[in-house]
Amino acid sequence: MKPLLDRIRNGDVLLADGAMGTLLLGAGLKPGGCPESLNLDRPELLEEIARDYFNAGAEIIQTNTFGAAPLKLAAYGLAEQTEEINRSAVQTVRRAVGNKTYVCACCGPSGKLLKPYGDTEPGTIAQSFERQLRALVEAGIDAVNFETMIDLSEAEIAVKAAKAIAPDLTVVATMTFQPTRRGLFTIMGNTIAETAERLAHAGADVVGSNCGNGIELMVEIAREFRKARTMPTSIRPNAGVPQLVAGRPVYPETPEFMAAKIPDLVHAGVSIIGGCCGTSPEHIRAFRSALGSLRT
Amino acid sequence: MELLNLIATGLQEGDDARVGELTRQAVAEKVPARQILDEGLIAGMNVIGRLFRDHEIFLPDVLLAARAMYAGLDVLKPLLVSENVPTAGKVVIGTIQGDLHDIGKNLVGIMLRGAGFDVIDLGNDVAPEKFVETATRENAQVIGMSALLTTTMTGMQRVVELLDAKGQRGRIKTIIGGAPVTAEYAREIGADAFGFDAASAVERVKELAAR
Repeated sequence: MKPLLDRIRNGDVLLADGAMGTLLLGAGLKPGGCPESLNLDRPELLEEIARDYFNAGAEIIQTNTFGAAPLKLAAYGLAEQTEEINRSAVQTVRRAVGNKTYVCACCGPSGKLLKPYGDTEPGTIAQSFERQLRALVEAGIDAVNFETMIDLSEAEIAVKAAKAIAPDLTVVATMTFQPTRRGLFTIMGNTIAETAERLAHAGADVVGSNCGNGIELMVEIAREFRKARTMPTSIRPNAGVPQLVAGRPVYPETPEFMAAKIPDLVHAGVSIIGGCCGTSPEHIRAFRSALGSLRT
Repeated sequence: MELLNLIATGLQEGDDARVGELTRQAVAEKVPARQILDEGLIAGMNVIGRLFRDHEIFLPDVLLAARAMYAGLDVLKPLLVSENVPTAGKVVIGTIQGDLHDIGKNLVGIMLRGAGFDVIDLGNDVAPEKFVETATRENAQVIGMSALLTTTMTGMQRVVELLDAKGQRGRIKTIIGGAPVTAEYAREIGADAFGFDAASAVERVKELAAR
């Protein structure tokens, strides 16, 4: 397989997979349970999910490691199993897809707030990401995606850690923005322009956004990234904002609805398109059709 | 009063050392604790609240201002007790069972304290029974529940049911908030109020506590 970054630089648009968390909840993961422990307890379920997304046409499959940094695992008493969990996650996806697609490690925020506004030292967060990354890189990944980041300073720490451990690893970093009357910001107040600038400087290969918003707002976000800086972007929208219907969360944006907007994302110059909360293999299948019709 | 204005601006700047120092100075100059609280700390947090609501500032600035507010409150606390300064009310807050997201809840706690409320923060992953037990035991007027995960929201309904079962529904009011929470959901489960964001949550709590 051609290196991921080469494909991107060549102008290819790559289809990534969809949600993991909301799919797991649908498959019976108890709310409040540790999704990453499934790498140890139910790897066959995760293998099935990876295979489903692969069959739907995804070229980038993510590992179930969003909360698998030791700082996050500690809340479930699983920090000691950081290596085992991350390694198993990568091996599970490889069993499903072999070398036919790119395996991208998914890494979420540490859950801690940095000093001075929080109480955590940058070094503590760096070490947590480093430990997770070493296990992931050793197990054999093609890329890492630091996603659902809300603090640009933390995202910088993560990106730098990844580049220090594996300089040739493709590093993607995406943040979650909220629309406000004054524009798009993360909850920490970071703008898209700032994000592109600082993450590029930190060494990120691909920047962008995931989560928080349905596809229409994500198209706008993609356009703002393009205006801010010429560099590859990754966009993973939610299937809209969820509503509780009869006690279960329902994400309103259907595969068809979202697929109709895929051309807009492509025209906004996005290199990696996937789905976040509420998306499914059906969504990815619809995205694949839409991309196919564009003949990019 | 100039000294109290300086406390308010020091708070807005997140200068916890200065706010602590100026508060001690105000106390030494025999300014009533109530006045220091209202015209220094609460006045400062009101500005922060407004700027945050209007997206002029964001979480880091609010958290820094909160640190400064707590520095002042620490100095005032014993005096507020000895001078019998009434609080605006007592509120029990927490993130609902199964959910560990707490930034929103922490923000509401900060702003409620900045508005003069006595806040008992139960943290994350709080069982419905614990909300009710604590509020009952502490004679709180309001229970505030936060959720970020849609799947954990049903715990909020449980709290309302428990209050009902214990005949506390009128006496202890409930307010809910969090990204997936809606006014409609609040109505559906019989919560007394919905907090769209931290600033409006504080306004709703003021209304609920006044009833």
